Amino acid sequence: MKMFVCIKYVPDTSEAEVKVNPDGVSVDSSRFSFDINDADNYAVEESVLIKEANEGDITVLSIGPKQSDVMIRMAMAKGCDRAVRIEDERIAGYDPLMVAKVLGGAVKGQEFDLVLTGCMASDDWHMTTGVALAEELGVNHVSMVKKVEILDGKKVKAYRELEGGLMEVVEVELPVVLTIQTGINEPRYAPIRGIREAQKKELKVANLDDLGIDAAEVNADASLVVLEQLYIPQVESSAEFIEGEPDVKAEKLASILVKGGLV
Amino acid sequence: MDFALSESQLMIRRMVSDFAGKELAPIAAELDRESRFPHAILEKMAGLDLFALPFSEDYGGTGDGYVAYVLAVEEISKACASTGITYAAHCSLGTNPVYLFGTEEQKLKWVTPCAKGEMLSAFGLTEPDAGSDAGGTKTTAVLDGDQWVINGTKCFITNATYAGMVIITAVTEPGQGTRGISSFIVPTDTPGFSVTAPYEKLGLKASDTAEIIMEDVCIPADYLLGKRGEGFKQFMQVLDGGRISIGALSVGIAQAALEAALNYARERRQFGRPLSKFQAIQFKLADMATRTELARLAVHRAAWLKDQGQTFTRESAMAKLFASETAVAAALEAIQIFGGYGYTREYPVERYLRDAKLMEIGEGTSEIQRLVIARQLGC
Repeated sequence: MKMFVCIKYVPDTSEAEVKVNPDGVSVDSSRFSFDINDADNYAVEESVLIKEANEGDITVLSIGPKQSDVMIRMAMAKGCDRAVRIEDERIAGYDPLMVAKVLGGAVKGQEFDLVLTGCMASDDWHMTTGVALAEELGVNHVSMVKKVEILDGKKVKAYRELEGGLMEVVEVELPVVLTIQTGINEPRYAPIRGIREAQKKELKVANLDDLGIDAAEVNADASLVVLEQLYIPQVESSAEFIEGEPDVKAEKLASILVKGGLV
Repeated sequence: MDFALSESQLMIRRMVSDFAGKELAPIAAELDRESRFPHAILEKMAGLDLFALPFSEDYGGTGDGYVAYVLAVEEISKACASTGITYAAHCSLGTNPVYLFGTEEQKLKWVTPCAKGEMLSAFGLTEPDAGSDAGGTKTTAVLDGDQWVINGTKCFITNATYAGMVIITAVTEPGQGTRGISSFIVPTDTPGFSVTAPYEKLGLKASDTAEIIMEDVCIPADYLLGKRGEGFKQFMQVLDGGRISIGALSVGIAQAALEAALNYARERRQFGRPLSKFQAIQFKLADMATRTELARLAVHRAAWLKDQGQTFTRESAMAKLFASETAVAAALEAIQIFGGYGYTREYPVERYLRDAKLMEIGEGTSEIQRLVIARQLGC
């Protein structure tokens, strides 16, 4: 089973305050701590589980800065075999279609059975890259995958999580792109011996030219997305406190609900 | 000069932080409340090779060294100092003496299972009448044919109840003071070896601390560690390393106190704004952060010196002294910032204070650290 797993280096915005830069289209990330996108962490684990059960070979792909090497090596410490980190300022990284083109360019020309991605990234929430990547590669895709079964090495049975807890089961032929939903497994912690092993594995750094991708197809000019503005919405207070004795309060509440057409 | 951690050290810190944050921090308060030894967590730590960190690959270790090890101690202790001290006492005090002074055979036999986390170890130095004053050691070891017969009592021994092996110091040459002390590897299943009920402590309640009683404990002659009469010299070295890990433990507690206080100060609003916008609170947080960072630097430098094979007696004493006093100060300030809530068991900061206090006592009190430092200055 030859696999690629695509991972993204994303900021943890839960701890530090989010501030928009003066350019109005980017965020000051200097005080964020970055790590693997949550759903991608499950994709890495799933690829390693598939490798452990069926044998195989996993290449990690990521577009990101040098600092993300620690995240990439962590995936290798858990069992992935090698990695390619793509770093090129020309990539219009805010547009998932451009990202998919770059990832596709890195995969094309190589044999593969499975490409796993997280189903969404916790920074821009596009939920598009994995599906666009399948289109780019001209293969099937299954999104929001909550369970995977490999059938006789030629097909996979994938369970998709739908609204309301419904499960949809699909069978698709390999090769296929799966976008993995969180909760599909329990991501392991890399043991220290794995961390040592990972130091010896290959982490190739490539730019667009190395991958034979024409920059004019994946840069800001090629993208149809124009990032106009990022801003933090005004905090508005619309809570109304109802005062008075219980029966007065009840009456006021009832009239508000009636006026609002809620009852 | 290069202050950067290596990629593998960054990965180790990230992994342990992730593990401790998700698996240990959520149960730390419960472990403390129930004084419950963290068996399951220790098993998981063994699975992640954490016990192997400071030891070489020849004896079941990973060969990552002491810097990597103190990073792990800090992250574990930030989540749960009881687990931190269990871990540190096992690696730095229980296993390290054999690693440093054992024969090849002894190392293969005892360091290997300890590094793999298959066996817990402990260090039996302190006695009811001999703590920092090791010359007062009353435990005796008498060579009788091809075995040593050991008699005596050891107190405040971390991990005593669950250890498979304890390093014991005992007088082999009576009347010769500290030069008459030797150390021994004592398997805890030896007849005559017993452990009392654990102490009820102020803090570190989930860690195990008990008294060891040895009555005619017979061990083979070759369980002597190093040479006869070198026990004192040996444990001075062992404690040098142990102090770095107490420093790391302290930094972990201080960091936990800082983060708890900072989060609370940013959320809690009084007089129409968050506490963190009041200069009185900002100064407290700034001092906590500064001292914690300086303590961490001191701990890392001492560990780095040890990894480089340089002397580090003074640096480890300084790191332990400064970090432990920082942990207590940070925990106290955290309680102050939390106000009345900080005094209750609903928030973790009171636990940080109870746990931190031992850091100023164990492996040499702050007063002893100052003596060590003064001696190193040539006083």
